[in-house]
Amino acid sequence: MTTANQTARAKYENDFLKEVEANVEEGHWVRMCMQCGVCAGSCPLGDAWAHPPQKLFMMIRAGKREEVLSSDAMWMCTSCYNCIVRCPRKLPITHIVHGLANYAHRLGLAPKGQPTRQTAALFWNNLVKKGRVNELKFSLALYFKDGFGQGIKNALGMQAVGLGLVKAKRLNPMEILGGHGIENLSGFKAMIDKAREIEDRKKGLAG
Amino acid sequence: MSASIATSQTILVVGGGIAGMTAALEAAECGRQVILAEKQPMLGGRTALLYRYFPKMCHPVCGLEINLRRLRGNPNVRVMTMTEVTAVSGRRGDYTVTLKTRPRYVNENCTACGDCGNAVSTTIPNPANYGLDKIKAAYLPHGMAYPQRYVIDPSIVGTAEGEQAKAACKAGAIDLGMQEETVTLKAGSIVWATGWRPYDAAKIQPYGYGRIANVVTSVEFERMADPHGPTGGKLLRPSDGQEAKNIAFIQCAGSRDENHLRHCSRICCMASLKQTQYVREACGEDGRSTIYYIDIRAIDRFEDFYQSVQNDPTVRFIKSKVARIALDEQSGNPILHGVDTEGAHRYANAHDLVVLAVGMVPEVTGVALPEDILLDSSNFIEGSQSGGMFGAGSAASPLDVNRSVQSATAASLRAIQVIHQTASTEAV
Repeated sequence: MTTANQTARAKYENDFLKEVEANVEEGHWVRMCMQCGVCAGSCPLGDAWAHPPQKLFMMIRAGKREEVLSSDAMWMCTSCYNCIVRCPRKLPITHIVHGLANYAHRLGLAPKGQPTRQTAALFWNNLVKKGRVNELKFSLALYFKDGFGQGIKNALGMQAVGLGLVKAKRLNPMEILGGHGIENLSGFKAMIDKAREIEDRKKGLAG
Repeated sequence: MSASIATSQTILVVGGGIAGMTAALEAAECGRQVILAEKQPMLGGRTALLYRYFPKMCHPVCGLEINLRRLRGNPNVRVMTMTEVTAVSGRRGDYTVTLKTRPRYVNENCTACGDCGNAVSTTIPNPANYGLDKIKAAYLPHGMAYPQRYVIDPSIVGTAEGEQAKAACKAGAIDLGMQEETVTLKAGSIVWATGWRPYDAAKIQPYGYGRIANVVTSVEFERMADPHGPTGGKLLRPSDGQEAKNIAFIQCAGSRDENHLRHCSRICCMASLKQTQYVREACGEDGRSTIYYIDIRAIDRFEDFYQSVQNDPTVRFIKSKVARIALDEQSGNPILHGVDTEGAHRYANAHDLVVLAVGMVPEVTGVALPEDILLDSSNFIEGSQSGGMFGAGSAASPLDVNRSVQSATAASLRAIQVIHQTASTEAV
């Protein structure tokens, strides 16, 4: 025999909420949200989001897996922490939002061509090669991410800044040839691999 | 009064608000000896500072008057005003209590004629109106004050004005040489009816209380609506004295918030629903009340009242915890920013006046209590380990007047039981 309460509960105890609780960083907090809306109202990006945090949490509880994971909302967060400061239940909202973005990215469901996602991926790929960020290569990768023509335009537009940096010895043009790495690169890579292994296990992505 | 009257069969009630008066009277009417200690110069507590009660919209004067009549007719209650408990020792059935009484500088000869007030020009913030206006430094706390006796503020004692007040008194009631007194008494049981205070709204930084003139608290609004209040019962904006017609009520201002008060203060939803009817009373169909809420908690039989307010076309409900309040410098209007969670619409709503439905903080917060006292995580009094002391009214839990009276009656009965047990033990 099920009561109306149990039926309603079952509806919200859907698989996606459980998935988020198990796999997303700080995801176990999602059910604590009381839908007051103070996070949504406190977000300085305001209308830029299709789904402010309070709405994302409600969508998770309503089982809207596709809509949540393909949303570009999580990628708009600037980590200002206004929502965390004001949340009356002290939910780590910023961290949950980043957790959702990362999870969607790892599943390959995050929106293609989303600039924040693209930039983050370029940054990461640049970083893990040598254990440090090659700023010249990273800038160029950013300039050329929207095609060769646009890349040339971007580079020419930033010419003066680039030359200024070279003159001030803040930018070494020779870094284009591969660049220098950190001392113990193999140790660094082993550390990253281990971290990835742990993360995959936590996110249910292993094997 | 002399200290020798109190014995281990006496019940001490701390706090003379509606709960303390009730607890004292219930025990006294059962034939028990009661001492009622009140910190303020008069009884009635915060109940006396309300304009109307929900849900019947009647005036507190009525219920207070009945209690004061019961009190005057009962020789078993000794009222000590301007008195605080400073120490409690002993155990269940045999407490020794130290009480400190501040000087009133006016004795029982006072006829409340008001001549001393007329003779004085210094003013002080009026405690009966949460400091929203000023009163003379020789004053009657409020019209319903019991005892009906003036108070001389310490600020004019030892000054020429103090002497003028004394000279003006035909009854010879002013004694500027009064000193603080400390007495030690016996009591068998203690009822803590120490009540509540409004949460400090200035701590809710995004709401601008203290920075934006037209953001007030619910307790201040209560005084504004009262004909005896600072605005003579008119809903006037603090910034420019203009009539406020479009008024916002923000629920859970401090309550249900891990950053402020963890608990639901329970009374605020009903208080705001009630206050929308003050707006209707003042402005009729031209009034506009908007309640911003997380969820409305009109507990128990109050659902009827909630529904009647919902049916009032001058009242609007927006399901949203307001994120922040900005000030429109030109108009003085507070602008409320947030997201309506029903549809996720962002809003930036201007209102004439904003009322923060502030939460209840137990008055004992930050006060050193006897070690035996048990507090919950919000500092409400749960009782005492030995069962000799009890919380009553809003000292025990966030309660409205009605439930405070019930709670006080229950506490009184428990205190009587302690005295009964003490008495039978002594008889053996």
